Amino acid sequence: MDSGLSPQDKKDLDKFIKFFALKTVQVIVQARLGEKICTRSSSSPTGSDWFNLAIKDIPEVTHEAKKALAGQLPGIGRSMCVEISLKTSEGDSMELETWCLEMNEKCDKDIKVSYTVYNRLSVLLKSLLAITRVTPAYKLSRKQGHDYVILYRIYFGEVQLNGLGEGFQTVRVGVVGTPVGTVTLTCAYRTNLAFMSNRQFERSAPIMGIIVDHFVDPPCGGQRPANMGHPCNYRATDEDDGGQYAGCQDSQEVCTTSFSTSPPSQLYASRLSYHPPALAGAAELCHPAANQVLHAGKEHGGVVSGPAQPPHGADAQLTAENAANTPGSSGDDAGLMHSGERRKRRDEGRRSLSPADPVESLNAFTRKIGAFVNKPSTPITAASLDLPFAAFAPRGLDTEDNDPMVQPPDSPPCPSPLQASLHSQGSEGSGQQDDFVMVDFRPAFSKDDLLPMDLGTFYREFQNPPQLASLSLHISSQSMADDLDSLPEKLAVYEKNIDEFDAFVDMLQ
Amino acid sequence: MNCRSEVLEVTVEARQVEEAMLALLHTILLHRSSGKFHYKKEGTYSIGTVGTIDIDCDFIDFTFVRVSSEELDRVIRKAVSEFKDALSGDGMGQISLEFYQKKKSRWPFSDECIPWEVWSIKVNVVNLANEQERQICREKVGEKLGEKVINVVEVINRHEYLPKMPTQSEVDNVFDTSLKDVQPYLYKITYQITDSLGTSVSTTMRRLIKDTLAL
Repeated sequence: MDSGLSPQDKKDLDKFIKFFALKTVQVIVQARLGEKICTRSSSSPTGSDWFNLAIKDIPEVTHEAKKALAGQLPGIGRSMCVEISLKTSEGDSMELETWCLEMNEKCDKDIKVSYTVYNRLSVLLKSLLAITRVTPAYKLSRKQGHDYVILYRIYFGEVQLNGLGEGFQTVRVGVVGTPVGTVTLTCAYRTNLAFMSNRQFERSAPIMGIIVDHFVDPPCGGQRPANMGHPCNYRATDEDDGGQYAGCQDSQEVCTTSFSTSPPSQLYASRLSYHPPALAGAAELCHPAANQVLHAGKEHGGVVSGPAQPPHGADAQLTAENAANTPGSSGDDAGLMHSGERRKRRDEGRRSLSPADPVESLNAFTRKIGAFVNKPSTPITAASLDLPFAAFAPRGLDTEDNDPMVQPPDSPPCPSPLQASLHSQGSEGSGQQDDFVMVDFRPAFSKDDLLPMDLGTFYREFQNPPQLASLSLHISSQSMADDLDSLPEKLAVYEKNIDEFDAFVDMLQ
Repeated sequence: MNCRSEVLEVTVEARQVEEAMLALLHTILLHRSSGKFHYKKEGTYSIGTVGTIDIDCDFIDFTFVRVSSEELDRVIRKAVSEFKDALSGDGMGQISLEFYQKKKSRWPFSDECIPWEVWSIKVNVVNLANEQERQICREKVGEKLGEKVINVVEVINRHEYLPKMPTQSEVDNVFDTSLKDVQPYLYKITYQITDSLGTSVSTTMRRLIKDTLAL
């Protein structure tokens, strides 16, 4: 109903509503990014901040909004909706809320477009900023990451609230009367989030009704994209879309959501810090001889999760062959070396050959020196120390020059000494790659050059320490008697100095 | 002209008083602040841009939006801090945010301050016994504050009386132009504490009441 509205006012009003719609979408999506929003006030008007509010424009979001509007404006019967949904890492999704920008027929003919309508739209945007932090989806969006992400979808036409479940609540953000109708901004949000918590633990296929019928093609036509929606995180635009964003206002990059996965090195480090005794391959990785930590470039190659892993098996198998081939170690403590050697010989016969392919994969391993470790000045061979797997420690490989981990051998196919550092001690009855080994685990930073004993031995030995001398009865009673005898003398001294004490007390008060 | 009066009531733990008050006062001020006016020669003016900041509460499961102005934040924090100190322990109190217009009077009469909107936030402070109760209180108070924000927004979006946009000479009668980045409507913050006997003890911020009594 344009009667009474000048062409200029009509043009202004259309522009206000269009940019209001675009800014509404920006505020909603930015509030679901998972990050806190911060924009600066500026006392000087910049001319590009619609409604005198500093709301950044994410080009992708503006593009989607314009695509949904397709040149139309929200009007009577034509609502612009922003749907916020949650999608789990397993592919389940659930609609959380729907924000609707609608227009109804109630007109306010007397209102001034350029001042009052504009200012009221500005207030409405501020209300939207406040309300977007209040609905339940806000807290969910702040915690998105590993388990789920928040998606948005913009559509134009009839409002669809079916996906919000039973008992959804509605909050009205505000209304602004205009000469052509009343702009209304509302939010309908799901209250029944129990559905999500139950479904998270179900392994059954998602209910097709939710997925397939969840999104209905908008009546205004246009092929709805097959995907559920757009993730609420800002990514750099694709090349395909770059051209389409030319018409949008300049935007600033918004923080991305924390869709973080642990980097492989961190994951690996966490595995290295704990080794169940049963893991055969892992035992060697925490080889305490030089407090060195083996840091695998591959996740699976270094730490084995089960005994049947081929690389691990290959390690064990190839080790024996290598042990037979490598020359004897220089050795320091004879006694220790003997025991180490005995253990080695007992087990070496049990190993069988295996294909050399896994060996090549092991070349990727590198060795790191652990923190606070002093590199031994003299080359200490693993076998020379009283170590559980000394028998299987690489011989002559303890210095870096000979360390195959640092300088991989040239010919991978031949049984290289590389895998020697990764084998494990087989148990008495073991002979195959799936052995479980009891490991005497040495704590980190333990000094094994002073007292060559393990934690268990230490504990047993020092479990019953002798009683402290000062706590023994006859000594304490003796000291008590002495105290009593000296009391009179002490009292006399204190009485003599009584003035001093009084002065001290006065000073404190 | 009648002054619009709205009352909000919250029940919080002692350590939540400050954040709850900041959340509500800032939410109201967000809607009642404009960018700085720049008057041009022809009698028109342009308006600066208001930025916003999300603030997470530490003791309440709640995030609120405030105007991006450190000066304004300092003033509000100071007032809330005084209120909180006065409210020490458990008890009841009320903090009021009043928006007013100045009306110039002829000498020797001083300017009148005519309030056009008053927000009163009644606070009931409770003490909780254990950590579990505190955790529940964190969430509950967060939800309650959310409801209060919705109430505030509902009132403001009725678009009832607002002072009309002033000319350059009148702007100080309507807006607080002392801040350099934003321009809220003229406001004052007062509070009252109800002691345990139920009698009310009026306490007014000295700095702000000077405006009313200034000759």
